[in-house]
Amino acid sequence: MKTKGKVTGIIANLVVVETEGTAAQNEICFILHGDSRLMAEVIRITGNKVYVQVFESTRGLKIGTDVEFQGHMLEVTLGPGILSRNYDGLQNDLDKMEGVFLKRGDYTAPLDHERKFAFTPLASVGDKVEAGIWLGEVKENWMPHKIMVPFTFKGEYVVKEITAAGEYCIDDQMAVLTDESGRDHVVTMVQKWPVKVPIRAYREKPRPFRILETGYRVIDTLNPMAEGGTGFIPGPFGSGKTVVQHNLSRNAEADLVIIAACGERANEVVEVFTEFPELDDPRTGRKLIERTTIIANTSNMPVAAREASVYTAMTIAEYYRSMGLRILLLADSTSRWAQALREMSNRMEELPGPDGFPMDLPAIISNFYSRAGIVYLNNGETGSITFIGTVSPAGGNLKEPVTESTKKAARCFYALSQQRADSKRYPAIDPIDSYSKYLEYPEIAEYLNSTIADNWTDNVLEAKDILLRGKETYEQINILGDDGVPLDYHLKYWKSELLDFVILQQDAFDPIDQRCPLDRQHFMLDQALDICRKEFEFESFEEVAPWFKEVINLLKQMNFAEFNSEDFERYGKLLADKLTEREAKAEDEDEKAA
Amino acid sequence: MERETSAFQRIYTRLFQLTKATVSLKATGIGNEELAIVDGRLAQVVKIIGEMVTLQVFAGTEGIATNAEVVFTGKAPALRVGEDLAGRFFNAYGEPMDGGQILGQEREIGGPSVNPVRRKQPSELIATGIAGIDLNNTLVTGQKIPFFADPDQPFNQVMANVALRAKADKIILGGVGLTNDDYLYFKHVFDNAGALDRIIGFINTTENPPVERLLVPDMALSAAEYFAVEKQEKVLVLLTDLTLYADALSIVSNRMDQIPSKDSMPGSLYSDLARLYEKAVQFPDGGSITIIAVTTLSGGDITHAIPDNTGYITEGQLFLRKDSDVGKVIVDPFRSLSRLKQLVIGKKTREDHPQVMNAAVRLYADAANAKTKLENGFDLTDYDERTLGFASAYSEKLLAIDVNIDIDTMLETAYELFREYFSPAEVGIKQVFVDKYWKKEAATAAE
Ligand SMILES: Nc1ncnc2c1ncn2[C@@H]1O[C@H](COP(=O)(O)OP(=O)(O)OP(=O)(O)O)[C@@H](O)[C@H]1O
Ligand SMILES: [Mg+2]
Repeated sequence: MKTKGKVTGIIANLVVVETEGTAAQNEICFILHGDSRLMAEVIRITGNKVYVQVFESTRGLKIGTDVEFQGHMLEVTLGPGILSRNYDGLQNDLDKMEGVFLKRGDYTAPLDHERKFAFTPLASVGDKVEAGIWLGEVKENWMPHKIMVPFTFKGEYVVKEITAAGEYCIDDQMAVLTDESGRDHVVTMVQKWPVKVPIRAYREKPRPFRILETGYRVIDTLNPMAEGGTGFIPGPFGSGKTVVQHNLSRNAEADLVIIAACGERANEVVEVFTEFPELDDPRTGRKLIERTTIIANTSNMPVAAREASVYTAMTIAEYYRSMGLRILLLADSTSRWAQALREMSNRMEELPGPDGFPMDLPAIISNFYSRAGIVYLNNGETGSITFIGTVSPAGGNLKEPVTESTKKAARCFYALSQQRADSKRYPAIDPIDSYSKYLEYPEIAEYLNSTIADNWTDNVLEAKDILLRGKETYEQINILGDDGVPLDYHLKYWKSELLDFVILQQDAFDPIDQRCPLDRQHFMLDQALDICRKEFEFESFEEVAPWFKEVINLLKQMNFAEFNSEDFERYGKLLADKLTEREAKAEDEDEKAA
Repeated sequence: MERETSAFQRIYTRLFQLTKATVSLKATGIGNEELAIVDGRLAQVVKIIGEMVTLQVFAGTEGIATNAEVVFTGKAPALRVGEDLAGRFFNAYGEPMDGGQILGQEREIGGPSVNPVRRKQPSELIATGIAGIDLNNTLVTGQKIPFFADPDQPFNQVMANVALRAKADKIILGGVGLTNDDYLYFKHVFDNAGALDRIIGFINTTENPPVERLLVPDMALSAAEYFAVEKQEKVLVLLTDLTLYADALSIVSNRMDQIPSKDSMPGSLYSDLARLYEKAVQFPDGGSITIIAVTTLSGGDITHAIPDNTGYITEGQLFLRKDSDVGKVIVDPFRSLSRLKQLVIGKKTREDHPQVMNAAVRLYADAANAKTKLENGFDLTDYDERTLGFASAYSEKLLAIDVNIDIDTMLETAYELFREYFSPAEVGIKQVFVDKYWKKEAATAAE
């Protein structure tokens, strides 16, 4: 019997329900308002008063309205057919909703129950299995989608029946499993899981040991993201957070990308809807939309569902990770999620923490980030969730609760700088403040040195050093004037400018430059460092800038050309000539001097 | 003010609590966000705990006594919409100022959002004739963008010009704490242009109670939705000044004892503003809502919670600045940004538009550096001198808000300035464009 209750208080989307029955923290209930059923989640219980946050507008709601508790937490439905979908924060399929406007209480099925999938069994009768073990496989778009022992199954089971290869709907019986007490359980292609509980059907979660290629030079080369790692991108408005995330979703070496559009602009989601079906996945040649799923809770959608949306996205990611896939999970912006928490805690009149955010904000954020990671599944395969969130700090000031809490939870910090954005040095990731903790992991360093080049990490540190020294000398030049400093300062400065223009900056809208694979990054860093290591002779500081500008221009042309193409080689040749000419000049002068 | 009474209306006469903006009383069967009339003033339910109902009184509670009459209407705030909205002005409650009636049906304001999958990616350019906008910060239908401006800047004038030139089917003016002078100015300008039949105004002036303002944007946007959705019209909504809207929000949340966040603003400011701005939309069938708003700044501070939250919501922002070198107000090319411009420039406009725009702004930035050098007492190079000459001319002929030319002429003007001050190499646009658009005889002259 479901617990019933009645509404006794309404403060915006916080509703107080009184009940004589049992209710559980985070339990879902429906408020039976007229013809519509408004979904809500229990967030606090005091005596017989249950406080629920309603995922919809509460306009018109009255005291005394009936409430039905559901006996389970907020769940997602997991099964083939999630890819390429556009869901709202509660996993309603937006395309199935009728009309131009979202109707309150309109909940649509996340999966197609009629669509047929070609099933191939992987397990055999008699196999001993546990939660998460692969029983069979269907093709979802091009991706092998594993049909698994449901994560809710505890202990060991024996496969009693397994369905033969063929075409089936998701609700068809795929297997029958016998538990330790001899009871039989039917398994279909679908299962449900509560979003706030991590899926732990894996053997082990090691430290990340390899990197996830993103195609961004400033990330892969200077501040690499580990596969299964975590990172965040804080930045003032307009500094390029969304552009970076959209580019990651296009170019990163992931099998699958889940985008949680969390309290941001609807037009940005529309961009993905519109462009991804047209764009090619650089790795597979298929359309990008085939590997992408969008969870859209835009800023004008109900605030409580915004909080749910990031959990919905994470749970879907965990489901696919259990299939041995590499998932990239992006959330834009986690600040909006934190603000949703703040609004609710405010209405509940909880004691506020800094800036009015709930006291437990740091814990909530770090729990969420800890759900990412690379794992060894029970069958020994690996699967991973790499999570990158954006943070929108109030006033662009990084000393605020969301940024500070996230900094403790995430291992990579990609700080977007207003100054770089203003001077159109995109991506505006600050080369000095940003970091990747993974660069300090010996296993990652070893991975980089063995897959890219022996001295790779040394080179990376050298590049960072040049950038730092360049910044220092720039400040000196600004104080003392161009001719008030030794010529060498100009050289140091321009060498760092060269790294800035050639390695750090990358045109997100250029079809070639927007994605720079690792071998190409290796080549370009070598080229750039070669030049930086050389000693050049100049008569006066006025010669330095024009010469470096020409060199930078040639290197940029290389970035814009297809790797190793004729054009690329031609610019490379021009560059080499330019360098030899300068060196020859220096030698001439040395001779003259001698 | 006359209102219908019906059998369903319940009347109460015992107020339990009064604050400057709210009243509380015991009542039953009341819906959340329902409207009521408290002592003849419009009010809305904001909180119900058991039998205790709290109402926000839009006109303020001055003089309301504990035995005031409270009549619940059983309805959420609504606007009557129909073709005959056109050409008329309304108060914050959606009542025609001409005293007449509206024939259409009633619509709840602040209604649900558009399903994102029913939107179309914006792609239709709005030509305003102002090069600071069309050339550098091109606007697109379905976009939402505010002017960030100090109170003394002529944003209302620029906005009126933009509105008149925008070729919109309807222009809806939401006056939020507009001064009476500015209200009359808008009316006068629209009238002079013979455009009054395309205009609809919802006006709250500084003479009206501040909390009333909270209704104005929703009224304006509900009317906009009617014309965009049902008539497939291109609607331009002007909201001025949303800083005063946010101030009104903080008054109410303060009265309700909510914990303020940054700058005494309610913690929900982002969601509250986003709910309005996100009404901007392009529909596949041609209907659209474009929002141009004003956010006044205090002392140019954009880190204040109001402009800051706005910047996180809108698709760019336009800054006006007085250029003392040429003595004109210009659209600041550095701080202004239209985020949707890349959807149209070089696609709907001439192919070299993005390059010309970037080159000109870059050269203008070089001029700014030269100016700093000059101020710090360092010597200027010949190049520095030329950038300064360019900057004045660029400011005067393109950035100034009194410019009114088409985009091709803007591009031609840019080339004229390039030719006058620089060589093609210094301008640094693609060779194909130089060959095609940099006039032959001038190109040789500059070499
Ligand atoms: N890599 C880039 N190349 C060129 N332009 C860029 C790049 N990144 C950002 N921009 C410009 O900056 C604008 C804003 O970028 P974006 O939308 O990513 O900012 P944001 O940090 O997500 O801002 P918000 O916090 O308001 O969402 C873009 O519309 C574009 O004009
Ligand atoms: Mg963004």
